[in-house]
Amino acid sequence: MVADTAHPDLDSAGSPSPALQVRAWIARRTEAVAIPLGAVATGFALFSLFLIALGKSPAGFLDLIYRGGFGSPFALQNSLQRAAPLLFAALCVALPARLGLVVIGGEGAIVLGGVAAAAIAPALAGLPPVLGIPAMALCAALAGAAWIGAVGALRAYRGVNETIASLLMSYIAIALSNHLIEGLLRDPSSLNKPSTRAIAEAFRVGPMPGMKVHWGLGFGVLACVAAWVLTERTTLGFAARIAGGNVRAAQIQGLPVGRLIVGFTALGGALAALAGFFEVTAVHGNANASLVAGYGYTGILVAFLARQNPLAIVPVAFLLGGIEASGGLIQRRMQLPDATVLVLEGLLFVLVLMSETLYGRYKVFSPHLWTRTRAAAPVMAVAS
Amino acid sequence: MTDIGLWSVLIAVIGGAIRVSTPFLFVSLGETITERSGRINLGLEGTLVFGAMSAYATAVLTGSAWAGVAVAGLAGGAFGLLHGWICRFPRVNDVAVGIALMLFGSGLAFFFGKPFIQPSAPQLPALAFGSWSDLPQIQAALRVNVLFVIGAALSVFLWWALRNTRVGLIVRIAGDSADAARAMGYDVDRVRLLATGAGGVLAGIGGAYLSLYYPGSWNEGISSGQGLMAVALVVFARWNPLACFGAALLFGGAGALGPALQSVGISQGYYLFYAAPYVLTLGVLIATSSPDRALAGAPGELGQGK
Repeated sequence: MVADTAHPDLDSAGSPSPALQVRAWIARRTEAVAIPLGAVATGFALFSLFLIALGKSPAGFLDLIYRGGFGSPFALQNSLQRAAPLLFAALCVALPARLGLVVIGGEGAIVLGGVAAAAIAPALAGLPPVLGIPAMALCAALAGAAWIGAVGALRAYRGVNETIASLLMSYIAIALSNHLIEGLLRDPSSLNKPSTRAIAEAFRVGPMPGMKVHWGLGFGVLACVAAWVLTERTTLGFAARIAGGNVRAAQIQGLPVGRLIVGFTALGGALAALAGFFEVTAVHGNANASLVAGYGYTGILVAFLARQNPLAIVPVAFLLGGIEASGGLIQRRMQLPDATVLVLEGLLFVLVLMSETLYGRYKVFSPHLWTRTRAAAPVMAVAS
Repeated sequence: MTDIGLWSVLIAVIGGAIRVSTPFLFVSLGETITERSGRINLGLEGTLVFGAMSAYATAVLTGSAWAGVAVAGLAGGAFGLLHGWICRFPRVNDVAVGIALMLFGSGLAFFFGKPFIQPSAPQLPALAFGSWSDLPQIQAALRVNVLFVIGAALSVFLWWALRNTRVGLIVRIAGDSADAARAMGYDVDRVRLLATGAGGVLAGIGGAYLSLYYPGSWNEGISSGQGLMAVALVVFARWNPLACFGAALLFGGAGALGPALQSVGISQGYYLFYAAPYVLTLGVLIATSSPDRALAGAPGELGQGK
């Protein structure tokens, strides 16, 4: 009986030896990697059929993705530059997902964060950049935290559907930002493309040492690691996971479910807004309409591909950043519309969600298979 | 122009409500059928966009606007069936699949729609209900599209059919208690598959209205969230097709406010008026949601996840 029900990780008497535990751990991790990879491969296969039906070459397409996204130092820098906002945008999905919430309004928080940073910049002009730049980031983060945190509060205290509410808030944020960029904050000299006043050179965020990619990438990776520690290694993250699994059980345990929801959504919003902050201070130099670039939506896909695991977001964002970076090249070389990448992304998204049904179906990945030894087998036979 | 001052804003909003509400009406009726069967399809936003594109492309290529409506309905039905089929698998989340299909549908529409942004397509016919009036504003406001009339009739029919027909009863049972439906020998997954397919057909037709009547052209920003607002509207309408009709008119009016004010020269805060439907939807969601008890009229199986 004991051998049958004991979890392989439990350190009780009669638990499997460390070597077997490692094998079980590897089996579970392999499942977590193999199934999404299989889904992505299936997605690429179906997309190849789509291309063949259109009379285009799938091999040529893959080659262009490689060359446009990963093949040269220039392409790599370009992909990393695009991966940076995706890291933050995906965290805005993955953190609330810990509580079982589906938040898809990251785009609005990104835009609002960018506008907030640009709006506060002139007021900080007297400060040294060491203080001024963090103050700008803080201002952006607060705007994003308030925006997505409000969605969380509506969910927690009014029972409002967070998925729809977050997307509506996103549309409202974009309308509000357009209003500010074309009105109150507009630089009178920006005629054709309305934008805010340029951010002072001293307040611009530069590239990381030895790279052309701005600091948003470094902080994005850092944020992913921090989010992983928060969700996997702290009591707060554990409490969030309980609340995500069963709200009633969490409430009975006395967990502050409402405050957890508001906290995690606000944190997600703050991080998404940092993506906007870096786009403004490191890429564009002011806030304008190009802030609405769809990073928020691609971020949703990144989070789901990474199965809401903050550490997995890092490689997935890099992959998606590369695919998006190669969009222009594909458009020019293959005479395909720029939406080609969107079709591929949509297909990958659908297949990854479908692959959820496969977990636990394959015996090869079962930890029990790998902890069962010759010595243990008769015990189990007797027990059952 | 006859000078009727601010009245013209009101008339323009009423006319605009009728014009703008039709896609809301079709999508919300479709989503009502789907949600009554116990599933949420957030992908109707993508279906709406793809419906708009396929209707426009068909109308350009065949010269017939009605052929466009038919193709949009078929395409929408295909997206609905795809959603229904994917959600049959255990542990697949219907809300997440909806988001994926929203992106996939829009992506496909943008992909195939590129060559059709320029050419002009034949438009759907409108009925002149305002011919009794001398005022051009009223005549313009009461030029009502055939699809609006069909949608109005459809909301009455669905309201009746959900209550009084065998099919309506089966859909409601599947939505209120999957166990009860199974006990009665119905295949819940198939009921939901067909209900999602039917919802997709209606959303596709709503898209056809966008590209073939108002605004009457195809471009990538044609929907900008209308499909999603319509899904929110279903909650507001308490899953009642008749209430969907009223709610769609209300939302249409909010959507028409910005253009109506602009037409009389008020362009200050254009973007804020443009956001009016989103703010209204959010307000309605907040007002109609409830933290602890199930909403009256909500299908029992809805949003329980798997």
